[in-house]
Amino acid sequence: MTAYLDDLVPGTVAELGSYLFTAPDIIAYATAYDPQPFHIDEVAARDSHFGALCASGWHTAAIWMRLMVAHRNAAVAAAQAAGQPVPGLGPSPGFRELKWPAPVFAGDTITYRSTYVGGRATASRPGWGIARHENTGHNQNGVLVFSFQGSVFWQRRPD
Amino acid sequence: MPRLYFEDFVPGTVRTYGSYRLSRDELIAFATNYDPQPMHLDEAAAEKSLLGGLAASGWHTCAILMRIIADDFILDSAGMGAPGIDEVKWLRPVRVGDTLSVRETILEARPSKTRDDRGYVRFCFEVLNQNGEPVLEQTNSIIFGRRTGGAAA
Repeated sequence: MTAYLDDLVPGTVAELGSYLFTAPDIIAYATAYDPQPFHIDEVAARDSHFGALCASGWHTAAIWMRLMVAHRNAAVAAAQAAGQPVPGLGPSPGFRELKWPAPVFAGDTITYRSTYVGGRATASRPGWGIARHENTGHNQNGVLVFSFQGSVFWQRRPD
Repeated sequence: MPRLYFEDFVPGTVRTYGSYRLSRDELIAFATNYDPQPMHLDEAAAEKSLLGGLAASGWHTCAILMRIIADDFILDSAGMGAPGIDEVKWLRPVRVGDTLSVRETILEARPSKTRDDRGYVRFCFEVLNQNGEPVLEQTNSIIFGRRTGGAAA
Protein backbone atom coordinates (compact mmCIF):
# COMPACT_ATOMS: atom_id res chain seq x y z
CA MET A 1 0.00 0.00 0.00
CA THR A 2 2.94 2.34 0.28
CA ALA A 3 4.34 1.78 -3.22
CA TYR A 4 4.35 4.58 -5.78
CA LEU A 5 1.52 4.41 -8.32
CA ASP A 6 3.86 3.00 -10.99
CA ASP A 7 4.82 0.14 -8.68
CA LEU A 8 1.36 -0.96 -7.54
CA VAL A 9 0.46 -4.46 -8.73
CA PRO A 10 -3.08 -4.99 -10.08
CA GLY A 11 -4.91 -7.72 -8.21
CA THR A 12 -3.21 -6.97 -4.89
CA VAL A 13 -5.74 -7.34 -2.07
CA ALA A 14 -5.60 -5.33 1.15
CA GLU A 15 -7.46 -6.75 4.15
CA LEU A 16 -8.94 -3.73 5.91
CA GLY A 17 -10.41 -5.56 8.91
CA SER A 18 -13.87 -6.13 10.36
CA TYR A 19 -16.50 -4.09 12.18
CA LEU A 20 -19.46 -5.13 14.34
CA PHE A 21 -22.57 -3.02 13.67
CA THR A 22 -24.51 -2.76 16.94
CA ALA A 23 -28.09 -1.48 17.18
CA PRO A 24 -27.12 1.67 19.15
CA ASP A 25 -24.38 2.41 16.61
CA ILE A 26 -26.78 1.97 13.65
CA ILE A 27 -29.43 4.15 15.31
CA ALA A 28 -26.93 6.90 16.21
CA TYR A 29 -25.62 7.26 12.64
CA ALA A 30 -29.08 7.08 11.08
CA THR A 31 -30.61 9.53 13.53
CA ALA A 32 -28.08 12.10 12.39
CA TYR A 33 -28.04 11.43 8.64
CA ASP A 34 -30.58 8.86 7.42
CA PRO A 35 -33.59 8.74 9.77
CA GLN A 36 -35.73 6.31 7.77
CA PRO A 37 -37.82 4.09 10.09
CA PHE A 38 -35.98 0.86 9.20
CA HIS A 39 -32.66 2.47 10.30
CA ILE A 40 -33.78 4.06 13.60
CA ASP A 41 -36.70 2.06 15.01
CA GLU A 42 -36.51 -1.68 15.71
CA VAL A 43 -40.30 -2.11 15.79
CA ALA A 44 -40.91 -0.19 12.57
CA ALA A 45 -38.03 -2.08 10.94
CA ARG A 46 -39.71 -5.43 11.72
CA ASP A 47 -42.76 -4.28 9.76
CA SER A 48 -40.67 -3.00 6.83
CA HIS A 49 -39.57 -4.97 3.78
CA PHE A 50 -36.15 -5.39 5.46
CA GLY A 51 -37.70 -7.28 8.39
CA ALA A 52 -35.24 -6.01 11.03
CA LEU A 53 -33.18 -2.97 12.00
CA CYS A 54 -30.47 -2.40 9.40
CA ALA A 55 -27.68 0.13 8.90
CA SER A 56 -27.85 3.11 6.57
CA GLY A 57 -25.83 2.26 3.49
CA TRP A 58 -23.88 5.46 4.10
CA HIS A 59 -22.93 4.13 7.54
CA THR A 60 -21.58 0.95 5.89
CA ALA A 61 -19.56 3.17 3.54
CA ALA A 62 -18.28 5.44 6.34
CA ILE A 63 -16.94 2.44 8.24
CA TRP A 64 -15.08 1.34 5.08
CA MET A 65 -13.37 4.75 5.11
CA ARG A 66 -12.52 4.48 8.80
CA LEU A 67 -10.93 1.06 8.35
CA MET A 68 -9.11 2.21 5.19
CA VAL A 69 -7.56 5.15 7.06
CA ALA A 70 -6.38 2.84 9.86
CA HIS A 71 -4.96 0.42 7.29
CA ARG A 72 -3.06 3.20 5.50
CA ASN A 73 -1.74 4.65 8.75
CA ALA A 74 -0.36 1.22 9.71
CA ALA A 75 1.21 0.77 6.27
CA VAL A 76 2.83 4.21 6.43
CA ALA A 77 4.21 3.54 9.91
CA ALA A 78 5.65 0.20 8.75
CA ALA A 79 7.27 1.83 5.69
CA GLN A 80 8.77 4.61 7.79
CA ALA A 81 10.12 2.10 10.30
CA ALA A 82 11.73 0.18 7.42
CA GLY A 83 13.22 3.36 5.97
CA GLN A 84 11.12 3.09 2.80
CA PRO A 85 9.61 6.05 0.92
CA VAL A 86 5.99 6.94 1.63
CA PRO A 87 4.14 8.13 -1.51
CA GLY A 88 1.51 10.81 -0.99
CA LEU A 89 -2.12 10.03 -1.68
CA GLY A 90 -5.53 11.68 -1.63
CA PRO A 91 -8.00 13.15 -1.93
CA SER A 92 -10.54 11.20 -4.00
CA PRO A 93 -12.36 12.74 -6.98
CA GLY A 94 -15.28 10.35 -6.48
CA PHE A 95 -16.47 6.80 -7.02
CA ARG A 96 -18.65 4.64 -9.26
CA GLU A 97 -20.94 1.63 -9.00
CA LEU A 98 -21.51 1.64 -5.27
CA LYS A 99 -23.84 -1.26 -4.42
CA TRP A 100 -25.68 -2.36 -1.32
CA PRO A 101 -26.79 -5.84 -2.46
CA ALA A 102 -27.95 -7.05 0.99
CA PRO A 103 -28.85 -5.30 4.27
CA VAL A 104 -26.41 -4.91 7.17
CA PHE A 105 -28.47 -5.93 10.21
CA ALA A 106 -27.77 -5.10 13.86
CA GLY A 107 -25.27 -7.68 15.12
CA ASP A 108 -23.66 -8.27 11.72
CA THR A 109 -19.87 -8.15 11.44
CA ILE A 110 -18.66 -6.80 8.11
CA THR A 111 -15.21 -7.63 6.74
CA TYR A 112 -13.81 -5.12 4.24
CA ARG A 113 -11.26 -5.61 1.45
CA SER A 114 -9.71 -3.33 -1.16
CA THR A 115 -8.25 -4.69 -4.40
CA TYR A 116 -6.02 -2.53 -6.60
CA VAL A 117 -7.46 -2.58 -10.13
CA GLY A 118 -5.26 -0.17 -12.08
CA GLY A 119 -3.97 3.37 -12.40
CA ARG A 120 -3.49 6.15 -14.90
CA ALA A 121 -1.62 9.44 -15.17
CA THR A 122 -3.45 12.75 -14.74
CA ALA A 123 -2.86 15.84 -16.84
CA SER A 124 -4.12 18.11 -14.06
CA ARG A 125 -1.57 17.16 -11.42
CA PRO A 126 1.98 16.43 -12.64
CA GLY A 127 3.76 13.74 -10.65
CA TRP A 128 0.49 12.21 -9.60
CA GLY A 129 -2.04 9.80 -11.06
CA ILE A 130 -5.35 8.18 -10.21
CA ALA A 131 -5.39 4.75 -8.55
CA ARG A 132 -8.55 2.68 -8.85
CA HIS A 133 -9.61 0.11 -6.28
CA GLU A 134 -12.52 -2.31 -6.05
CA ASN A 135 -13.74 -2.30 -2.47
CA THR A 136 -15.99 -4.87 -0.83
CA GLY A 137 -17.70 -5.71 2.45
CA HIS A 138 -18.95 -9.20 3.35
CA ASN A 139 -20.97 -10.23 6.39
CA GLN A 140 -20.18 -13.09 8.78
CA ASN A 141 -21.94 -15.53 6.43
CA GLY A 142 -19.79 -14.51 3.48
CA VAL A 143 -22.61 -12.57 1.81
CA LEU A 144 -21.56 -9.47 -0.14
CA VAL A 145 -23.28 -6.43 1.40
CA PHE A 146 -21.23 -3.54 -0.01
CA SER A 147 -19.01 -2.79 -2.99
CA PHE A 148 -17.78 0.18 -5.00
CA GLN A 149 -15.17 1.26 -7.53
CA GLY A 150 -13.08 3.90 -5.79
CA SER A 151 -10.49 6.30 -7.16
CA VAL A 152 -7.88 8.36 -5.37
CA PHE A 153 -4.99 10.63 -6.32
CA TRP A 154 -1.71 8.74 -5.84
CA GLN A 155 1.86 9.97 -6.16
CA ARG A 156 3.97 8.59 -9.04
CA ARG A 157 7.56 7.43 -8.75
CA PRO A 158 9.85 10.49 -9.00
CA ASP A 159 11.99 10.59 -12.18
CA MET B 1 -50.05 6.90 4.67
CA PRO B 2 -47.04 8.34 2.81
CA ARG B 3 -47.62 11.36 0.61
CA LEU B 4 -45.40 10.26 -2.28
CA TYR B 5 -45.41 7.03 -4.25
CA PHE B 6 -43.55 5.88 -7.35
CA GLU B 7 -46.21 7.45 -9.58
CA ASP B 8 -45.51 10.93 -8.16
CA PHE B 9 -41.95 11.17 -9.54
CA VAL B 10 -42.05 12.70 -13.01
CA PRO B 11 -38.90 12.55 -15.17
CA GLY B 12 -37.60 15.99 -16.13
CA THR B 13 -38.72 17.62 -12.88
CA VAL B 14 -36.07 19.91 -11.35
CA ARG B 15 -36.32 21.23 -7.78
CA THR B 16 -33.95 23.02 -5.40
CA TYR B 17 -34.39 22.71 -1.63
CA GLY B 18 -32.70 22.38 1.75
CA SER B 19 -30.47 24.57 3.90
CA TYR B 20 -27.88 22.69 5.97
CA ARG B 21 -25.20 24.69 7.74
CA LEU B 22 -22.08 22.69 8.56
CA SER B 23 -20.50 23.65 11.87
CA ARG B 24 -16.86 23.10 12.75
CA ASP B 25 -17.86 20.77 15.59
CA GLU B 26 -19.89 18.57 13.25
CA LEU B 27 -17.18 18.48 10.58
CA ILE B 28 -14.54 17.44 13.12
CA ALA B 29 -16.84 14.92 14.84
CA PHE B 30 -17.68 13.12 11.59
CA ALA B 31 -14.05 13.04 10.48
CA THR B 32 -12.91 11.80 13.89
CA ASN B 33 -15.39 8.92 13.76
CA TYR B 34 -15.19 7.96 10.10
CA ASP B 35 -12.38 9.65 8.16
CA PRO B 36 -9.57 10.76 10.51
CA GLN B 37 -7.20 12.19 7.88
CA PRO B 38 -5.31 15.42 8.64
CA MET B 39 -7.05 17.36 5.80
CA HIS B 40 -10.38 16.76 7.62
CA LEU B 41 -9.14 17.35 11.18
CA ASP B 42 -6.31 19.83 11.38
CA GLU B 43 -6.22 23.34 9.86
CA ALA B 44 -2.43 23.52 9.55
CA ALA B 45 -2.10 20.12 7.88
CA ALA B 46 -5.13 20.84 5.67
CA GLU B 47 -3.51 24.07 4.38
CA LYS B 48 -0.72 21.98 2.89
CA SER B 49 -3.06 19.42 1.29
CA LEU B 50 -4.61 19.59 -2.18
CA LEU B 51 -7.83 20.77 -0.52
CA GLY B 52 -6.06 23.98 0.55
CA GLY B 53 -7.66 24.15 3.98
CA LEU B 54 -9.87 22.26 6.38
CA ALA B 55 -12.55 20.41 4.41
CA ALA B 56 -15.29 17.93 5.22
CA SER B 57 -14.89 14.23 4.45
CA GLY B 58 -16.55 13.46 1.13
CA TRP B 59 -18.52 10.74 2.91
CA HIS B 60 -19.82 13.45 5.23
CA THR B 61 -21.12 15.43 2.23
CA CYS B 62 -22.86 12.25 1.02
CA ALA B 63 -24.40 11.86 4.49
CA ILE B 64 -25.60 15.48 4.51
CA LEU B 65 -27.17 14.98 1.06
CA MET B 66 -28.99 11.93 2.48
CA ARG B 67 -30.25 14.00 5.41
CA ILE B 68 -31.45 16.85 3.19
CA ILE B 69 -33.40 14.55 0.86
CA ALA B 70 -34.74 12.55 3.82
CA ASP B 71 -36.15 15.70 5.38
CA ASP B 72 -37.45 17.06 2.09
CA PHE B 73 -39.31 14.03 0.76
CA ILE B 74 -37.98 10.55 1.55
CA LEU B 75 -39.50 10.42 5.05
CA ASP B 76 -42.87 11.39 3.55
CA SER B 77 -42.69 8.78 0.81
CA ALA B 78 -43.13 5.05 0.27
CA GLY B 79 -39.33 4.87 0.00
CA MET B 80 -37.83 1.38 0.25
CA GLY B 81 -34.14 2.23 0.22
CA ALA B 82 -31.61 2.39 -2.58
CA PRO B 83 -29.84 -0.50 -4.31
CA GLY B 84 -26.71 1.60 -4.75
CA ILE B 85 -25.15 4.72 -6.22
CA ASP B 86 -24.22 4.94 -9.89
CA GLU B 87 -21.65 7.68 -9.41
CA VAL B 88 -20.47 10.37 -7.00
CA LYS B 89 -18.17 13.22 -7.96
CA TRP B 90 -16.62 15.30 -5.20
CA LEU B 91 -16.24 18.56 -7.11
CA ARG B 92 -15.17 21.16 -4.53
CA PRO B 93 -14.15 21.17 -0.87
CA VAL B 94 -16.91 21.72 1.71
CA ARG B 95 -15.78 24.16 4.40
CA VAL B 96 -16.74 24.99 7.96
CA GLY B 97 -19.73 27.34 7.88
CA ASP B 98 -20.89 26.36 4.39
CA THR B 99 -24.66 26.19 3.93
CA LEU B 100 -25.60 23.35 1.59
CA SER B 101 -28.70 22.88 -0.54
CA VAL B 102 -29.73 20.31 -3.15
CA ARG B 103 -30.72 20.66 -6.80
CA GLU B 104 -32.60 17.52 -7.80
CA THR B 105 -33.34 16.34 -11.33
CA ILE B 106 -35.53 13.29 -11.91
CA LEU B 107 -33.87 11.39 -14.74
CA GLU B 108 -36.02 8.30 -15.13
CA ALA B 109 -38.86 6.32 -13.52
CA ARG B 110 -39.43 2.67 -14.32
CA PRO B 111 -41.57 0.00 -12.68
CA SER B 112 -39.75 -3.04 -11.31
CA LYS B 113 -39.69 -5.88 -13.80
CA THR B 114 -39.91 -8.53 -11.08
CA ARG B 115 -41.99 -6.95 -8.27
CA ASP B 116 -45.22 -5.23 -9.26
CA ASP B 117 -45.52 -3.36 -5.94
CA ARG B 118 -42.53 -1.04 -6.52
CA GLY B 119 -40.55 0.98 -9.03
CA TYR B 120 -37.16 2.61 -9.46
CA VAL B 121 -36.71 6.38 -9.75
CA ARG B 122 -33.30 7.58 -10.94
CA PHE B 123 -32.13 10.98 -9.72
CA CYS B 124 -29.24 13.37 -10.22
CA PHE B 125 -28.58 15.28 -7.00
CA GLU B 126 -26.24 18.26 -7.01
CA VAL B 127 -25.17 19.59 -3.62
CA LEU B 128 -24.64 23.36 -3.85
CA ASN B 129 -22.85 25.67 -1.43
CA GLN B 130 -24.06 29.14 -0.45
CA ASN B 131 -22.43 30.58 -3.60
CA GLY B 132 -24.40 28.24 -5.82
CA GLU B 133 -21.29 26.22 -6.66
CA PRO B 134 -21.76 22.45 -6.95
CA VAL B 135 -19.64 20.61 -4.38
CA LEU B 136 -20.95 17.11 -5.08
CA GLU B 137 -22.88 15.40 -7.87
CA GLN B 138 -24.56 12.07 -7.26
CA THR B 139 -26.58 9.84 -9.58
CA ASN B 140 -28.63 7.01 -8.11
CA SER B 141 -31.92 5.17 -8.08
CA ILE B 142 -34.29 4.95 -5.12
CA ILE B 143 -37.01 2.30 -4.78
CA PHE B 144 -40.56 3.50 -4.06
CA GLY B 145 -43.74 1.57 -3.45
CA ARG B 146 -46.48 1.97 -6.06
CA ARG B 147 -49.73 3.63 -5.14
CA THR B 148 -51.67 1.03 -7.07
CA GLY B 149 -49.90 -1.78 -5.25
CA GLY B 150 -49.42 -3.18 -8.72
CA ALA B 151 -52.99 -4.49 -8.97
CA ALA B 152 -53.90 -2.16 -11.83
CA ALA B 153 -50.47 -2.10 -13.42
